[in-house]
Amino acid sequence: MSKYMLIMRADDTGAANYEQIPFEQVIEAMGRYNEAMMNAGVLLAGEGLSDASEGFVVDFSGEEPLVTDGPFGETRELFNGFWIIEASTREEAAEWAKRAPLGPGAFLEVRRVNGPEDFPQDNEWIKKEEGWREEQAARAAGDD
Amino acid sequence: MPDAAAVRRSVAAVWRIESARIVAGLTRMTGDFAFAEDLAQDALAAALEQWPAEGVPRHPGAWLTAVAKRRAIDQWRRRERQDARVAVIAHDLEEEQRLAVDADPSDPDEIHDDMLRLVFIACHPVLAREARVALTLRVVGGLTSEEIARMFLQPVATVQQRIVRAKKQLAGVPFEVPPREEFDERLGGVLGVLYLVFTEGHTATAGDDWMRPELSFEAVRLARVLVGLAPREPEVHALLALMELTAARFPARLGADGEPVLLAEQDRRRWDRAAIRRGRASLARAQEIAGDRGLGPYALQAAIAEQHDLATSVEATDWARIVAAYDGLAALAPSPVIELNRAVAVSMAEGPAAGLAIVDGLAGEKRLAVTHLLPSVRGELLARLGRDEEAHAEFERAAGLARNARERAVLLAKAAATGGRRPADA
Repeated sequence: MSKYMLIMRADDTGAANYEQIPFEQVIEAMGRYNEAMMNAGVLLAGEGLSDASEGFVVDFSGEEPLVTDGPFGETRELFNGFWIIEASTREEAAEWAKRAPLGPGAFLEVRRVNGPEDFPQDNEWIKKEEGWREEQAARAAGDD
Repeated sequence: MPDAAAVRRSVAAVWRIESARIVAGLTRMTGDFAFAEDLAQDALAAALEQWPAEGVPRHPGAWLTAVAKRRAIDQWRRRERQDARVAVIAHDLEEEQRLAVDADPSDPDEIHDDMLRLVFIACHPVLAREARVALTLRVVGGLTSEEIARMFLQPVATVQQRIVRAKKQLAGVPFEVPPREEFDERLGGVLGVLYLVFTEGHTATAGDDWMRPELSFEAVRLARVLVGLAPREPEVHALLALMELTAARFPARLGADGEPVLLAEQDRRRWDRAAIRRGRASLARAQEIAGDRGLGPYALQAAIAEQHDLATSVEATDWARIVAAYDGLAALAPSPVIELNRAVAVSMAEGPAAGLAIVDGLAGEKRLAVTHLLPSVRGELLARLGRDEEAHAEFERAAGLARNARERAVLLAKAAATGGRRPADA
């Protein structure tokens, strides 16, 4: 069982197409898709991103990182949202990705999410990060 | 031509996602579960034959359904004695086939119901436990007989026979969600099957492997499916919580060489925090729905797992809360195994002597006589009391009773640590 991230992107055509579809319809199609994955027990997380115009870019090209309003790059390089699913094989992840209600101009980039097994456990930075995760969890546990 | 092996993997992926829905729909249409399952398997075989040459169709699920329905029609047409009912169904199916090859106009609520019926059929009380397990994994989980056999370390023929026999036993069993008065009991049976699959995956009763995590993860996935089908049942959420909270510790349960690492020695930083969060959310949901009815057995076990998951060490664990949960469990369903676990919790909360008193009271229990559990716990408590010689004897006895090779190795190491021979000499 591995985790996969499905990253949503669209080029100009895709963005324009998306504008044409009534919002209700988008919500409905996405809702059905999400429900199918929930019902199959594979969906772990997912979020949509708000319009790029609300975001900003940090550019590392110069000596100092520079915060600007953009540009973000090519439209099709923009991420619009993501899902994280759990699938037993790469093909199963692909099969779920193919079912996303997206049209021409849209892209899904599918990436396996690294787990602890992908890192050397004895590395001091990895250990530190794990310690941080543990603290976070303990803090979250204290909330209730 | 597409790579044949890649296509086969795609077929398997589609099958995992679609098979339960296909079988459920076919069973509703034909009224015959065994027939529906055969039709679906035929469609799978057809896909494995045709897709490598022709490519994977655009709507693979619809393709499989269409093929299965066509086979149903063929079979009915071939039957000599064609009663009117069959003719009507066959005609309707043919119409449907003509109208919709690609589209999938099914009603999601109907699918929901069909799926729940399918789960209840696969876990039907007329079937033996092994048959329920095999059928659930195959029909609801979409696993092939080969996959089930591999996971349970059994010959493929055994699993196949079990499924064939189970389908025969189900002949004439109505495809229905049980009436309200039977619902709880039947659902309890379903939960029991899923938990059995989960447990077999992480404490393999036989063989050389300590864990078969893919089996446990399959059970978690099926529990998530069941939560979607029966969202108002607190124990369904509780079972999912128990599985998530237990599976969260899997990454730390295996050492570098595949040797088992027990809870006390586990590197808790390796526990899956996201799984713990999901498990806690499910447990909270179970508690919320149960309300005044109080916690059921799975919720109590999940509450115990939750306390372990939240603690930063064995010493920092809230053992009093764990003892309280075991008290609740013992009151709900008294059993020597629960009593033994309660003894361990008591020994952590109040000291080994208090635990040993409970354990000694279990000495005559027949159910514990055949397992390594009683002597291994007793050995543990004796060792903590400094009674090494007695502890050593108990660990050796436990090792002799352990059926899992990895478990035996752990017990022999403990026997060695309390004196006597080293495991290398054993």
